[in-house]
Amino acid sequence: MPESFNNTIAIAMSGGVDSSTVAAMLKAEGHELVGLTLQLWNQKRLAGKEGLPVEVQGRCCSIDDVYDARRVAEKLEIPYYLVNEERRFEQDVVRPFVSEYLAGRTPIPCSLCNNHLKFDQLLTTARQIGADRIATGHYARNEYDPARGRWILKRPADASKDQTYFLFGLTQEQLSRTMFPLGGYTKPEVRDVAREHGLALAAKPDSQEICFIPGGDYKKFIDAYLHEQGEQMPETSGELVTANGEVLGRHGGVHNFTVGQRKGLGVSSPSPLYVLQIDSASHQVTVGGEAELGTSTLRARGLNWISIADLEAPMRVKVKIRHRHEPSWAVIEKIGEDDVLATFDEPVRAVTPGQAAVFYDEDEVVGGGWIAAL
Amino acid sequence: MSPSYNRSMRRVYMDANATTPLVPEVLDVMRPYFLEQFGNASSVHRHGQQARGAVESARASVARLVNCRPGEIVFTSGGTESDNLALFGLITPGDHLITTTIEHHAVLHAAEKLRDRGIEVTFLPVSSEGVVDPDDVRRALRPHTKLISVMMANNETGAIQPVGEIGRIAAEADVYFHTDAVQGAGKLPIDVEAIGCDLLSISGHKMHAPQGTGILYVRKGTQLEPLFFGGAHERQRRAGTENVPGIVGLGKAAELALKGLADGSIERLAALRDELEKEILARVDESGVNSAGVARVPNTTNLWFDHLEGEALVISLDLKGLAVSGGSACASGATEPSHVLSAMGLAPSRARASLRFSLMKLTAKEDVEFALEVVPSAVSRLRELSPVYKRPTAVAAD
Repeated sequence: MPESFNNTIAIAMSGGVDSSTVAAMLKAEGHELVGLTLQLWNQKRLAGKEGLPVEVQGRCCSIDDVYDARRVAEKLEIPYYLVNEERRFEQDVVRPFVSEYLAGRTPIPCSLCNNHLKFDQLLTTARQIGADRIATGHYARNEYDPARGRWILKRPADASKDQTYFLFGLTQEQLSRTMFPLGGYTKPEVRDVAREHGLALAAKPDSQEICFIPGGDYKKFIDAYLHEQGEQMPETSGELVTANGEVLGRHGGVHNFTVGQRKGLGVSSPSPLYVLQIDSASHQVTVGGEAELGTSTLRARGLNWISIADLEAPMRVKVKIRHRHEPSWAVIEKIGEDDVLATFDEPVRAVTPGQAAVFYDEDEVVGGGWIAAL
Repeated sequence: MSPSYNRSMRRVYMDANATTPLVPEVLDVMRPYFLEQFGNASSVHRHGQQARGAVESARASVARLVNCRPGEIVFTSGGTESDNLALFGLITPGDHLITTTIEHHAVLHAAEKLRDRGIEVTFLPVSSEGVVDPDDVRRALRPHTKLISVMMANNETGAIQPVGEIGRIAAEADVYFHTDAVQGAGKLPIDVEAIGCDLLSISGHKMHAPQGTGILYVRKGTQLEPLFFGGAHERQRRAGTENVPGIVGLGKAAELALKGLADGSIERLAALRDELEKEILARVDESGVNSAGVARVPNTTNLWFDHLEGEALVISLDLKGLAVSGGSACASGATEPSHVLSAMGLAPSRARASLRFSLMKLTAKEDVEFALEVVPSAVSRLRELSPVYKRPTAVAAD
């Protein structure tokens, strides 16, 4: 049975409409609330460096967003604090993000942030200051199933806003202490609720890009970050080859590529070429036609199970391999202690090491892991 | 525990080094200057004359606090402006500036800006107790040294700096000496002659005057370039219509501060601080005092509590009704690691686990008792829920 918790909930407030609406909804329900905003990255730190934009307003963790969150907290009369986690964010999210690209993989910083910051450190801080649970503005559902004795993470009512893909790393303990009050709402409904509660930011646009990369140009960010750290960009230039081993030319570094990429390959070809594979050891980037992008299997490691305690027998699931991917049918089976093989019914396009593979059984998240090179 | 803004909840304020409330006497003397005596102190007519009279009375009052002539007091918008006026007003290309690594950002960031503009700046280190060595100042002197800027007392630890000795070194070397006395005013006697300084900054709101008021003492004969240009206010050192109500309040606050140095209220404050410090150390294991071994201003104690994040403790205490601070607030309001504690050589984890309790004349014995109630339990909860903390197991007696 789930533990019984106190009535105090810490809300992870970003200054956006979603988390602000969560605060208003829970306040109306009579909970005791504490608003917390994670200060994760100093947006001024690399602004204007190596071609990054100078103006970084309106980004996550910007002063404007913090002021928006503060205004909401004042309006709702809830205590509100900023928690400085810049040090951990750099260590657990930014550093790995840069290293992953330099190793020829395509990372998802949002998942790392959820695993290490939002649902780990923030929850710890919340509990330390007297809130047994946290609530966030994620679009996901979360409920306890007494029959299985487990907390189940489910896709939200608004499929277009589904964020469960970024939440596969949550432990049972974390899920038991987390509320996703927006799971039953669509985004337009959330904006309506915000308006009903008189929140001035009801029409504020959604944030889209990776929060610490102003302008979204991750290559410039990596350049600027390494330069700031006094580090040399590692030499990862190498050959562009076809699947048959034919050398088409050279490239300037593996971090410039992601599996499935078509633009910026630097070679001309009568038919469009796509990145098929990036070899982090030899720095070879393999390219080929669209048909060659399909693969029937993937391996995932760094696994976390949610609806099941462990994968004991092969299981038929739908697998989502990137945020904007419609899950595909596959059978998953363990091929090692922390190693799962997924075999798809039909080949899937551009399986990308570094991204997450999240396994779904209908609306439930079975679990997930990080896609590894085959 | 109820974390909501409960209006009936007891709130105890122990962050006087950040700001202090007005005392009623200060507000009372200010009130007429917002309303009927609203004149511009530069105007010829009766309204202006009243305002001028009030400003000059306040100037005389502040001059008494620091033992200088009224004409040597320049009213500013606060400590930051005073510090900036001192540094930018004096330093010209080719000069050398000596300051320390533990200055308030108002001096530190101004000095960094000067360095960025090509001025040679020496940032002196401090001892593990957070005190500058006057011999280091002496050794840092160059033929082209123009200014030494060392604070009177540190805002985070309360450690008193050897400004008298530095003043003598400056005088011998014929170098200007500025001291940021923002955390000294009202807590320590200030005598610009005894210190031997040429420039001295004070902020009003740290001593029960309104925010947005301050002074820079400028020794007669000091050639200082203004920051602002406009009218001939403040003997051409600070253009801009005087903040008459604020200045009047500051004058009253200076009078009360001077009185407080003689009537035993400082000794009472020191006794409360000492009790708070002693009792917290007794009730909380693995804790200690930063700058414990040196002279400190009587209202400040900076305590470390190992195995926790000071930021979470500040939040936790605020939710229980006790206002203290840790590190320094950045633009957004998040806490940044303390440059002062880092300069003292504290391990980063201990610097992050340090909190400042700063009391004021209005602090009552019951307030200290309240702090002694809430701090130990808050520390225990933070440590119990810390993923890294392991409670020391009791050692069996042999």
